[in-house]
Amino acid sequence: MFNTLQDLLLHNKSVTYVIMAVVLLCFVGFWHFLTDKEERKRRY
Amino acid sequence: MRRRQFLKILGLGGVAGAALPGTAGAARFAYDGSPDAVGVLHDSVRCIGCRKCEAACNKVNELPKPAKPLDDLSVLDTTRRTHADAYTIVNKYFPEPGKNPVFRKIQCNHCMEPACASACFVHAFKKSETGAVVYDPTVCVGCRYCMVACPFNIPAYEYHKALTPRVMKCTLCQPRLLEGKLPGCVEACPKEALQYGKRRDLLNIAWDRIGANPGRYVEHVYGEREMGGTSWIYLAPKPSFAALGFDEHLGDTSAPELTSGALAAVPAVAGVWPVLLGGIYAITKRKEKIAEEEKKAAVDAAIAKASADAEAKLSEELAKAEVANKRRIEVEVKKALEAAHKEAEGGEDA
Amino acid sequence: MTAEHKKRGTLFTPGNIIAGIILAAGLVVTVMRFTMGLGSVTNLSDNNPWGIWIGFDLLCGVALAAGGYTTSAACYIFGFKRFHAAVRPAILTAFLGYALVVFALHFDVGRPWRLVYPIFYQQGTTSVLFEVGLCVFIYLTVLFLEYLPAALEWLGGFDKYRGILIKVTMVLTILGVILSTLHQSSLGALYLIAPSKLHPLWYTPYLPLMFFLSSMFAGLSMVIFEGTLSHRNFHHKMDDEYNTNYETLQIAFARGSAWIMAGYLAMKLLGLAMDNRWHYLFTGFGVWWLFEVIGFVALPCYCYAVGYRDKNLGLIRLAAPWTVIGIVLNRFDVSLVAFNWRLPSVDRYFPSVGEIIISLFVVTVGVLVFRFIVTRMPIFYTHPAYKDSSH
Repeated sequence: MFNTLQDLLLHNKSVTYVIMAVVLLCFVGFWHFLTDKEERKRRY
Repeated sequence: MRRRQFLKILGLGGVAGAALPGTAGAARFAYDGSPDAVGVLHDSVRCIGCRKCEAACNKVNELPKPAKPLDDLSVLDTTRRTHADAYTIVNKYFPEPGKNPVFRKIQCNHCMEPACASACFVHAFKKSETGAVVYDPTVCVGCRYCMVACPFNIPAYEYHKALTPRVMKCTLCQPRLLEGKLPGCVEACPKEALQYGKRRDLLNIAWDRIGANPGRYVEHVYGEREMGGTSWIYLAPKPSFAALGFDEHLGDTSAPELTSGALAAVPAVAGVWPVLLGGIYAITKRKEKIAEEEKKAAVDAAIAKASADAEAKLSEELAKAEVANKRRIEVEVKKALEAAHKEAEGGEDA
Repeated sequence: MTAEHKKRGTLFTPGNIIAGIILAAGLVVTVMRFTMGLGSVTNLSDNNPWGIWIGFDLLCGVALAAGGYTTSAACYIFGFKRFHAAVRPAILTAFLGYALVVFALHFDVGRPWRLVYPIFYQQGTTSVLFEVGLCVFIYLTVLFLEYLPAALEWLGGFDKYRGILIKVTMVLTILGVILSTLHQSSLGALYLIAPSKLHPLWYTPYLPLMFFLSSMFAGLSMVIFEGTLSHRNFHHKMDDEYNTNYETLQIAFARGSAWIMAGYLAMKLLGLAMDNRWHYLFTGFGVWWLFEVIGFVALPCYCYAVGYRDKNLGLIRLAAPWTVIGIVLNRFDVSLVAFNWRLPSVDRYFPSVGEIIISLFVVTVGVLVFRFIVTRMPIFYTHPAYKDSSH
């Protein structure tokens, strides 16, 4: 139960920060998933 | 690969920053409306649901007569809303079963920060100095966004008219106010359930009434702060406003405040996107140019190396050929000498 | 004699007959709407002022026309030269899309001849809808100018004007991205003003961002989808440049879509967290929200990702229309399902036959005009006299 806006926002934003970190890690993983099978292009 | 990744992160970050809910401007200022703005107080404890206010409104605004006559109280058995031919309606509620019904009068609340005025893209709604929110049908395009925006679901539309449909809502009898008269509904009320005056006076009266009748009224004046405050304010008997169909989940944030963040992003995009996109274009071009140059340099180097190699090989072959030739000559000379020598020796023996 | 007979024969294909029926029905409803009022042909009401003409024709129409700005930005700003052949078809789709949106609006608003009032007569600058209108007006002009060179090449003899238009391609492209960012996000921002009316799982201050992100993968998916359909029906109009790069483009756009959809899903999650909406997931509307987000964003995203990874065009061509349906579902959910969610079912809206007919009518007109243009003008091929348009 939240009695003040401050309490509500503190809770919400804390949860959000944690999820943000998870999301960023997932992005890295997804990038690898997408590009694993690409042949490395030779650059002259 | 890295370039694209960088650009995508840039793009997302830019959009996120620009489109985040903003506090741009809206929360920095406090507005009280014009000091002499009027309002109306409706008291559901006093209201008897006689519908005389509806009848007066219909007459004063020269609206079409409804299907069921305006003194027919059986319509109160259904829950109605404002309509193209009814700027105001009264609904009946039974907050406590077995006890007498309680009535609520519904009409435009003439909000302090009207959502309809904020939403209208042709500025057809204006909050006038008197406090009334006035509609101008001469510019209205009929997009009906005001109807989407109004949290109280008040504006109605003339869907039955093909070429001249208008938005229909209570005008707070602005023309009558300017003549010094009372709004039609207020004048007609037999029970003083409707009281007209300056909004701040009405707020004081409302709270005084709550205090003078302990336990009778819900300790809240509806419209004092809802959606940023309304000119039409309400008193209700216990148990609650919700029992009378009032929306208690509206919050105090006004419509302009709700959209100010998104609107603030507009100039940011207009100002920053050219910088970002032009920059990306320039970077892309430069990378292409460098790639071209590197490619050309590599090709040139390869050609140079190839011809150098070829030349080296050629001279090597030539040298080899020369050596081989010389040796062949030497071998032949040696053979000839040996042959001559043998002949000379053989001649001597005979 | 035989040739004439053949020509008449080919006019009455099943597709054309259906189109003809829709056009005829559309004309009837049009007359009704303008002689008897909106109430006679729609199920719009005081509680439900916006129906499918806004939810589908406007919101979906604009989202699905986003292929124009995404493709031209990819080619001209981000330097993906190999997408060049896809720019003209994408621009044409976008131009027709926006033109049809404006056409459809003429049915929905009460006084369509006043549609120019907010821009030229009295500006309601506090309104998000004002910004939408202004952007769409300018962007339609930009799209027309981007499409015009193809028409001028077909007409012939306007080389000077065509040359000027080609020169300003970069400016038009950048302007197109700016305008698209603004109005795509603002269509979402329209609903910010009514928090009490939109279900908490769909109402978020991030609505503008959601609409903008989804417009990007909507556009990319439409380009893939439209390419697949056009390849089947207009193959004879396509030149080598288009055909060589056609599959490469679909694979590249699959990757782009997957990546942006991942971002969109992340934002959906973060939006729930920021406003503490988790408990709504366990309600009926929550199930529907999960159906929309998982069934029509997460799954097609995965389909795109695997399709890209394995260079599997079959999966990519499955994911594209799947994603498009997801976009339509999302726009419908925001404007019709989650909107007015608190009203009792008797007061909820469902489109009328007249509204459905007009929506079909608008789409049919678009398809017919598209067909007319691509079978005559250099959209899928480079005009031999204007080789500089392919660089």
